[in-house]
Amino acid sequence: MRIGVITFPGTLDDVDAARAVRYAGAQPVALWHADHDLQGVDAVIVPGGFSYGDYLRAGAIASIAPIMTEVVAAAGRGTPVLGICNGFQILCEAGLLPGALTRNVGLHFVCRDQRLRVESSATAWTGDLTAGEEILVPLKSGEGRFVADAATIDQLEGDGRVVFRYAGVNPNGAMSAIAGISSADGRVVGLMPHPEHAIDALTGPSQDGLALFTSVLQGAASPV
Amino acid sequence: MVDVMPKPEILDPQGQAVAGALVRLGVAGVGDVRQGKHFELEVDDSVDDETLHRVAGSLLANPVIEDWVVTRA
Repeated sequence: MRIGVITFPGTLDDVDAARAVRYAGAQPVALWHADHDLQGVDAVIVPGGFSYGDYLRAGAIASIAPIMTEVVAAAGRGTPVLGICNGFQILCEAGLLPGALTRNVGLHFVCRDQRLRVESSATAWTGDLTAGEEILVPLKSGEGRFVADAATIDQLEGDGRVVFRYAGVNPNGAMSAIAGISSADGRVVGLMPHPEHAIDALTGPSQDGLALFTSVLQGAASPV
Repeated sequence: MVDVMPKPEILDPQGQAVAGALVRLGVAGVGDVRQGKHFELEVDDSVDDETLHRVAGSLLANPVIEDWVVTRA
């Protein structure tokens, strides 16, 4: 399986995301923000960082980059898309996921190993996880507070589209402690924490994050 | 000009920090502070208000969390 990893100006975590793809047993394919070409990949990862220096709003300018036109079209065809941190912000700005990510309560940049509760295994990226289990992955963001209007939150909760929730203390004031959500069909997932940094005990707090990258290989995840 | 402000129901921690700093400056009587963005666009006469609102709603502001006002100088 070939999984594309997009690089924008200011992307930081594309190398770790590609490494996670390799650890999972798939082939990473480098994708460039200015291209209109997904190179026939089977899935796409929009990695973390500070695309375009977070100018305007985090993810706002990257969301209208040429490659994102193709990502939006591919997501419409059911291609799995995973947005991590800045990638989550980009997917929200691009309209692939509802809501927005705003400045953390208290204004502090949060950088720590964060426990997450898996709320849904019924997505393309969480089939190898079990709903209700906790995983430990790094969180590093200054604008990670998920917000949406009450109707959207109710819909996400009611439809089982909250995929990850912060366990323990809410690190950024996110509504309903939401750390990650999915599209209605479960093929697009975005989360603020970084599973790609938790795939090897040598370099991360756990190997819990690898499950996201192996999940997409199964193709068994049933749409929500 | 396009002025973008966080929606009233959206928490604005930056505005709160500014309000807190004003207290430390010894300025009394300032209640809430909300922080937004101000854009000045030089446009020719062919750019109508509808286009400016489209620009504001699709890029300058995020309609999920922000409101905007378009004014012509």
